[in-house]
Amino acid sequence: MFAESALNIRNKRVQNLFRILFLMMTVLLIIPVVIILATLVAKGGSIISIDFLFTDPTNGMTAGGIFPALLGTVWIVAVALLASVPLGVAAAIYLNEYAGDNWFTRIIQLAIINLAGVPSIVHALFGVGAFVIFFGFGTSILAASLTLAIMTLPVVIVSTRESLRAVPQAFREACWNMGATRWQTIRRVVLPNAVSGILTGVILEVSRTTGETAPIMFTGAAFFLPFLPQGVFDQTMALSLHLFVVATQVPGVPDNLPFGVALVLIAMVLLMNSISIAFRMYLRGKKKW
Amino acid sequence: MVDMNVNLAAANKIEDPAYSAPVKLGVSDLTIRYGGTPALSGVNLEVREHEIFGIIGPANAGKTSFLKTLNRMDTFNTNMSVEGEILFNGLNVQNLKNIYALRSRIGVVFPLPVGLPLTIYENVALSPRLRGIRRKSELDVIVERCLSRAALWDEVKDRLDSLGSLLSGGQQQRLTIARALSQEPDLLMLDEFSIAVDPVTTMRIEDVLKELKHDMTIILVTNLVQQARRLADRTAFFLEGECVEVGITEDLFTGEVQDQRTRDYVEGKFG
Amino acid sequence: MSAINPLNRSMTTDFDSRNMDWYIDKFVQSIVFVAGISAIIFIIGIFVFITMEGLGFLLEDFSFREFFLSPFWEPSDEDAPEYGILALVAGTASVTGLAMVVAIPFSLGAAIFIGEFASGKMREYLKVLVELLAAIPSVVWGFIGLSIMNPLIIDLFDVPVGLNVLNAGIILGLMAAPIMTSIAEDALKAVPDRYREAAEALGATRWQVIFKTVLPAAKNGLLGAVLLGVGRGFGETMAVLMATGHAVNIPGSLFDPVRALTATIAAELGETAVGSPHYQALFTIGIFLFIITFLINLTADLIVRGIRKG
Repeated sequence: MFAESALNIRNKRVQNLFRILFLMMTVLLIIPVVIILATLVAKGGSIISIDFLFTDPTNGMTAGGIFPALLGTVWIVAVALLASVPLGVAAAIYLNEYAGDNWFTRIIQLAIINLAGVPSIVHALFGVGAFVIFFGFGTSILAASLTLAIMTLPVVIVSTRESLRAVPQAFREACWNMGATRWQTIRRVVLPNAVSGILTGVILEVSRTTGETAPIMFTGAAFFLPFLPQGVFDQTMALSLHLFVVATQVPGVPDNLPFGVALVLIAMVLLMNSISIAFRMYLRGKKKW
Repeated sequence: MVDMNVNLAAANKIEDPAYSAPVKLGVSDLTIRYGGTPALSGVNLEVREHEIFGIIGPANAGKTSFLKTLNRMDTFNTNMSVEGEILFNGLNVQNLKNIYALRSRIGVVFPLPVGLPLTIYENVALSPRLRGIRRKSELDVIVERCLSRAALWDEVKDRLDSLGSLLSGGQQQRLTIARALSQEPDLLMLDEFSIAVDPVTTMRIEDVLKELKHDMTIILVTNLVQQARRLADRTAFFLEGECVEVGITEDLFTGEVQDQRTRDYVEGKFG
Repeated sequence: MSAINPLNRSMTTDFDSRNMDWYIDKFVQSIVFVAGISAIIFIIGIFVFITMEGLGFLLEDFSFREFFLSPFWEPSDEDAPEYGILALVAGTASVTGLAMVVAIPFSLGAAIFIGEFASGKMREYLKVLVELLAAIPSVVWGFIGLSIMNPLIIDLFDVPVGLNVLNAGIILGLMAAPIMTSIAEDALKAVPDRYREAAEALGATRWQVIFKTVLPAAKNGLLGAVLLGVGRGFGETMAVLMATGHAVNIPGSLFDPVRALTATIAAELGETAVGSPHYQALFTIGIFLFIITFLINLTADLIVRGIRKG
């Protein structure tokens, strides 16, 4: 009796030890990031103002605001979404609703995984070779956005496919039994019940696209432009590249300027991710079947 | 000698004018395989208009596979192969140009009720909409009529906007029937509809089926032999992938059978 | 009223004819099929286009020996340009290696804590946090390396420059850890609960269950997580461009500045003339990166899927 309970106490201690050890590792993973974010806020917070967001950079980008970069990012993200969302959703519909479980589908899945795994700078090279040179778009919003669209396509496909998969098969079978074609079933029953899940994926893609830098450096984003883009064949500034530029390429930038740019960028990205997560949780709480 | 008499009696009754209505569905030499393994083989039977045709038999007899081939749901299972001939309204279902049109004429009710994650109204309006009916007034009429015939209207008429998938099991099963009726089918197939339904609802649905018989042909697959006895005009007994016999329901239950296994099954000796 | 009588419908319409809906369905099917195979087209397209741009170099100036074994990357030397990526590979490998040293224990530890110890709300919050950490853009990480880690390293270790293997390795480790954590946690979650219950029924304590049952059962998934982390480190561009110090150098210590393959492309592509040997050599590095990451991802996928089938 006594020996056994001693063993139990020992086991409990060991277990608690491990518990604390793993907790520490988790915390250590998080703490540096918290410190970093706090530093960003502390050093960059002072420069953030409405003016900062909505005025042009001045004095060779050592002063002024970030408006052209902000607007350029909106352009690039919007055009990228126009290309990748329809394509990605359609691809996910094919994979989940039409494709059989065979080697061909497997190859498509491998291609998607690899598309997500190809380094962003290689996507940039592809964008230069294909869109800038071969298709003759030049360095433009269009070329940059298409490069980003292909790069983030897996995000849309994977999240859409997951929300399609969450719609129980019995609903499809009920529709097919009624004489609905596959497409009628998808349009009337599957998509309406997956659309909010798809939307969370799209928000995630916006966040991803906003932060990418390497793929747009040589395809459409410029270090500095004295004018705002008028169409998709213009070059543009972009927030992510602007951070790189003011942090490394411009001499005499006041300390708080790049911190401010980084803060705006990270705030945009985290805000969109948070919206996506909150939306997902809201949906999980809403029972539909 | 005894067997001969039984056969004669059965044959006489089949020739009874009440059972000589036109053939709705003719099945000959039907064999269904899953990846080479037969699930059902050599089935020959006829279902006549305006009858309730019962199919009884234990699990794995091939009953559900049989239903799936009738409305060509086998196209969704590449593993499944079908041989033989199935004539529906005189057309061979194996080589139709538009199997969706075929399915739209056959209502199906599953063992587990499936309320689609649409409103109750849209559950019933879906099939008419697929057929191209758009006018709200027309849809309203169809929705009310189908829900009433499925004995569900009174319970849901004040909440047609709530989700059909969140109704209780018994209500969902009646919603499924209303949805099948909204197809305006010539053939209604029910696959063990009472498995997930309480006894009271089961009795209500049985009453509904007796009414519906006047407007359509019904195939009733059931694991409850007494349900077949209550409802079916003629009944087929399936066992381990074989159609053992087809006969007038009452005969099967009064011992006028051609095969001893049928008698044993309806008497509850196995299954 | 005729619609009410079901028999009328069967008698009056020929039900075996193709209608609009039938053709729309076929049309949609072909559209989504094209979209479905687009991923394959893009992967092949990426390979074809970067090979096309790099082809001139591959056919003329490329020497296998020089490219892979020479530590000298001097493409802009007008008299005798040299295209050796050994030092760049060493730069990438050292940074990625250090990143994994940082990320593997922490991400696996965090995955175990989230998956096996944390419960309910706590687990939910931690997962959200990990997801948010994974979302921080690489250019921001690079900026952190440049502006926060750099002075910190100079102060702590009393070295003249803080942009080096140590800096980039830590940054890359922090970047890769959240993704590795969530993949590793998925792998742990994929271990059926009955394994845990069976081990607990035999009297094993929680940590015994984890070490003797869950981790061995999830080892392929965990290995996949590590490999994806390596792939990510290999392909990361902006962070290593900003935090490594960007010197072509085979590192002898953690405090040596290095230069990564990806960063070389990012830094030099803008300065080269389209079609020049230098430009083509950068695309050749791209081909190399593409093949390496392709193999890493393929292996990771095969390992992870292997266990799912078994």
